[in-house]
Amino acid sequence: MVGIVGYGVYLPIYRIKVEEIARVWGTNGSRISKSLFIYEKTVPSIDEDTVTISVEAARNAVEHSEVNPKEIGAIYVGSESHPYVVKPTATIVAAAIDAIENLTAADYEFACKAGTAAIQTCMGLVESDIIKYGLAIGADTSQGKPGDALEYTASAGGAAFIIGKEGVIGEIKDTYSYTTDTPDFWRREGRDFPSHGARFTGKPAYFKHIISAARGIMERNDMKPKDFDYLVLHQPNGKFPETAAKTLGFTREQLHNSLLVPYIGNTYSGSTLLGLAATLDKANGGDKILVVSYGSGAGSDAFIIEVTKENEKRRNKKTVKKYMEKRIYIDYSTYAKFKGKLKGVALQK
Amino acid sequence: MKGIATHWRLIPQRYNLVGTKCNTCGEKFFPPRYVCPKCRRAGNIEEFQFSGEGEIYSYTMIHTAPEGFDFQKPYILAIIKLKEGPLLLSQIVDCKPEDVEIGKKVEKVFRKVIADGDSGIIRYGYKFKLKSS
Amino acid sequence: MSSRVAVIGIGITEFGELWDESYRALITKAGTEAINDAGIEGNEIDGLYIGSMSPGLFSGQEHVSSLVADYSGLAGIPATRVEAACASGGLAFREAYISLKSGLMDIVVAGGVEKMTDSPTSSVMITLMGAGDQEWEAFKGATFPALYALMARRHMFEYGTTLEQISEVAVKSHHNATLNPNAQFKFNVTLKQVMNSPPVAEPLRLLHCSPITDGAAAVVLATEKKAKKLCENPIWVEASAISTDTIALHDRRSLSRMDASIRAAKYAYEQANLKPSDIDFAEVHDCFSIAEIMAIESLGFCKPGEGGKLTEDGETKLDGSIPINPSGGLKGKGHPVGATGIAQIVEVVEQLRGDAGKRQIDGAEIGLTHNIGGSGGTCVIHIFSNR
Repeated sequence: MVGIVGYGVYLPIYRIKVEEIARVWGTNGSRISKSLFIYEKTVPSIDEDTVTISVEAARNAVEHSEVNPKEIGAIYVGSESHPYVVKPTATIVAAAIDAIENLTAADYEFACKAGTAAIQTCMGLVESDIIKYGLAIGADTSQGKPGDALEYTASAGGAAFIIGKEGVIGEIKDTYSYTTDTPDFWRREGRDFPSHGARFTGKPAYFKHIISAARGIMERNDMKPKDFDYLVLHQPNGKFPETAAKTLGFTREQLHNSLLVPYIGNTYSGSTLLGLAATLDKANGGDKILVVSYGSGAGSDAFIIEVTKENEKRRNKKTVKKYMEKRIYIDYSTYAKFKGKLKGVALQK
Repeated sequence: MKGIATHWRLIPQRYNLVGTKCNTCGEKFFPPRYVCPKCRRAGNIEEFQFSGEGEIYSYTMIHTAPEGFDFQKPYILAIIKLKEGPLLLSQIVDCKPEDVEIGKKVEKVFRKVIADGDSGIIRYGYKFKLKSS
Repeated sequence: MSSRVAVIGIGITEFGELWDESYRALITKAGTEAINDAGIEGNEIDGLYIGSMSPGLFSGQEHVSSLVADYSGLAGIPATRVEAACASGGLAFREAYISLKSGLMDIVVAGGVEKMTDSPTSSVMITLMGAGDQEWEAFKGATFPALYALMARRHMFEYGTTLEQISEVAVKSHHNATLNPNAQFKFNVTLKQVMNSPPVAEPLRLLHCSPITDGAAAVVLATEKKAKKLCENPIWVEASAISTDTIALHDRRSLSRMDASIRAAKYAYEQANLKPSDIDFAEVHDCFSIAEIMAIESLGFCKPGEGGKLTEDGETKLDGSIPINPSGGLKGKGHPVGATGIAQIVEVVEQLRGDAGKRQIDGAEIGLTHNIGGSGGTCVIHIFSNR
C-alpha cells in the first residue's frame, strides 16, 4: 500500500488582523471577516520565504516519519512564490535535510494545487518501486495586491508529506484529478502581484473543479459523503469550502477540523496540505478522509485516504495547533516591510 | 558575484551545523577545525553534526547595522553555547527583545541570512529561536 | 648582546573627519614632523614600516609601502606594510623595533595612517568587520560594536560591572581630550549624556564607541649608539611584546577577558623586569569603553572584574594612581585604525619627555602602550622609559 509515512508543517509566528488591513484601506474589517469568514492571517518575517518554510516543514516531516533522509528518492516543492524563478527550491530543501545526492528533484507550479500534484508524482514513483520514499511539499508566501480583496487572505505557510510503502499512517486508496484551461487567477512573468477574475473565480472555477473532482473520485470508488469521517478542501477563504461541502452533501462537522483559514489565511500551495495535516493530527485508525485541492488555471486533485493504526502509535508532536498557538501580532507598516511591498526594502546587500 | 563558491563550500555548515570533532581528545568544533588546537598533529579529526540545541551565553541588540541588514534592525545577535560544547554567533529570531536572557534554551531554525542584491544568490543559514516549552 | 632601541622623533596630525586631507597628505605630514623632530636627514633612514588596516577597502589602494616611500620622497628605501587590523600601528612599531635589534638597520621610521571617511558609515562597518571572522561573524550581521557589546554583557553578568562604570570611562576620555590639541572631540560629556546616547549595540551606546577618524602618526626609532649621538632625550623601549588569540569571539575561552592582552602583558613585564605597579601611566585600546575596563584588568592594574570599580574611584584619571589614556584614548582623540598604535606611542613619548602640556602626568618615568587588533585576536604591548 502506498501512502503517507509522515508529515510536517510550518507556520510563521507573525499575524496581522483583517481589521488592521481594512483600517488602512478604509473598508469595514468586521464586515469582511463575516463575509469571507477570516479574522487574521500569517505573515512571514523579513528573513523567511518559501524556501525556509519548505525546509522547516520538511525537517518536521523527516522527524515525524523517522525515515533516513538518504532514502528519500524524490523531492518536489509546489509553490507560486519560489524565491528563484530559475533555481529550484527542491535542491535547497534536499541539502537542508541531508537527502543529497541520490535523488531526483524539481519545483512545481499550479497555483494552489502544486503541492498535491507533487504528492501524485511521488505516489507514482513509489508505487512503481523507482524510489523508496518521496517528499512532496506545498508552501507559499503569497502576495496580495495592496488594497485588493486577496490581501485579506493571502498568507504564508507550508506542509510536507513523505510518501512511501513502509510505516504508512494514511493509505492513499485512490487519486483522481479534474483539469481544464480556466483563466480565473494568474500572474504574468515579472509581475509582483497576481490578477483575478473577481466573481469568475467562484462557480466556473473553484466550485466546478472541486465538485467535479470530489464527485468523480467518490463515484469510481462507489462511496458517498456519509462514508467519510473527514473532509479537507482547498481554503481560499472560510466561505467557499463551507458552500462546496454543503453542495456535495457533507456536514459542517466533517469539514470543521481542517478549516484553518479563519486564523491562518490562505497559504496557497500549503492550504489543502495544512488542512490534511490538521486532520491527521486528530484522525484514528480506520478513519476515511476525502481530500480535494484546487489550483487556479485550473484543476483539482482528489484523494481518498484511509488512516491506519500506525497514526495513533506515532502521533506528530509538532501539530498544526501548536504552530497556530504561537502568535505575535503586527501592524500594517511592519507587514508591508516584512513582505517586500516597500520599494527597495529587502534582506539584501 | 563575489563569494559564491565560499558560500557553497559552507552549505553543510550553514544549513546543517556540520562541524568536526577530535577523536584523540574528544573536543568538538563549530565552525569546523581541521587541526585540533590541543593535539595538533596527534589529533584525529572527523565530521560531527551538531543538534542545533543550545543556550544563550551572551547577547546584544544591534541598532547600527552593516549594509544589507538595515531593514532587520533592531535585531538580536547572540553567542550561543551549543549543547555539545562550542560557542557560535547567530541571530535570535521570532521573539521580543525583552524575552532574551543569558541561560535561556534555544534551538536552530533555517532562515534567509542575506541576498546579493536583487539579482545575486540568496544565502540561507542557521539562526536560533527560543525553545518552545 | 643586541643594543637598546630608543624613540628619537615623533610626529602626529590632527585626528578627525579631515575632508581636505588625503591618505598620502596625512602620512607625509606625520612622517615629516617626526623626522624634523629627530633632527635627521632623509638619507639617514634605513627603512619604513607602515601600519594601515585597510586602505584597499576604504579607498581601493593597496601596496601602500611603495606609495608611502614614494610620496615621502624616499623611493628606493626598504618599505614594509604591516597589518593586524586595529593593531597595525603597534605591530608596525614592533617590526621596526625588531629590524633594529637584528642589527640590520640603525634608524627606521614606523608610521600609522588610516583614511576612513571616503566611504559611507554602513560600508565602513563592513570594512571594519574584516578584522573579525568573515565567514562566521560578518556573515551573520555582526558589527564591531556588537562583538564588544557581547563581551560587555558577559563582563556585567560575571562581575556585576555596571553601565555607569563603563560610561565613566567615556566621561574621562572626553575630559582628557579637551586638553589634547590634536583630538577629534575636544568637548566634555556628562555621565547622563553618555548613558542616554543613542543605542548602537546594546548595552553599548554611541558615546561608548570610538569614532570613524582620519589621521596619521609616525615615530623615528634608532639603535642606542645612534640615539645617544643624535638625541638629548631618547625614550627607551624597555619591552616589546605581541600575542595572538582566536580571530572569532565565539572561539575564545572567555568573553570577559582578552587572553592575548594577558599573555602579551606577561611577556612585556618579564622582558622589562617590571611589575604592573611600576607602570606610571598607560595608553590602552579603548575602541569601546568596556575595552578599557578589560585592558586595565589584563595589564594587572587591578584584579579581574575590578576594572569598573578602579575607574569609578577615579584612579585612572590624570591625577589618579594609574592614569589611563591621558591623550583622550581612542574615544576622545579618535581612532584612525592603522594610526592608533603609533599615536599611543607618540603620547607616551610626549609624557616621558615632559612635553604633554596640560595633560602632563607629574614625574612620569615609565609608560605602557596597549594596542588590540579586532575583538582581541592580536595584542601588542610596549613599555617605554626615560631613564
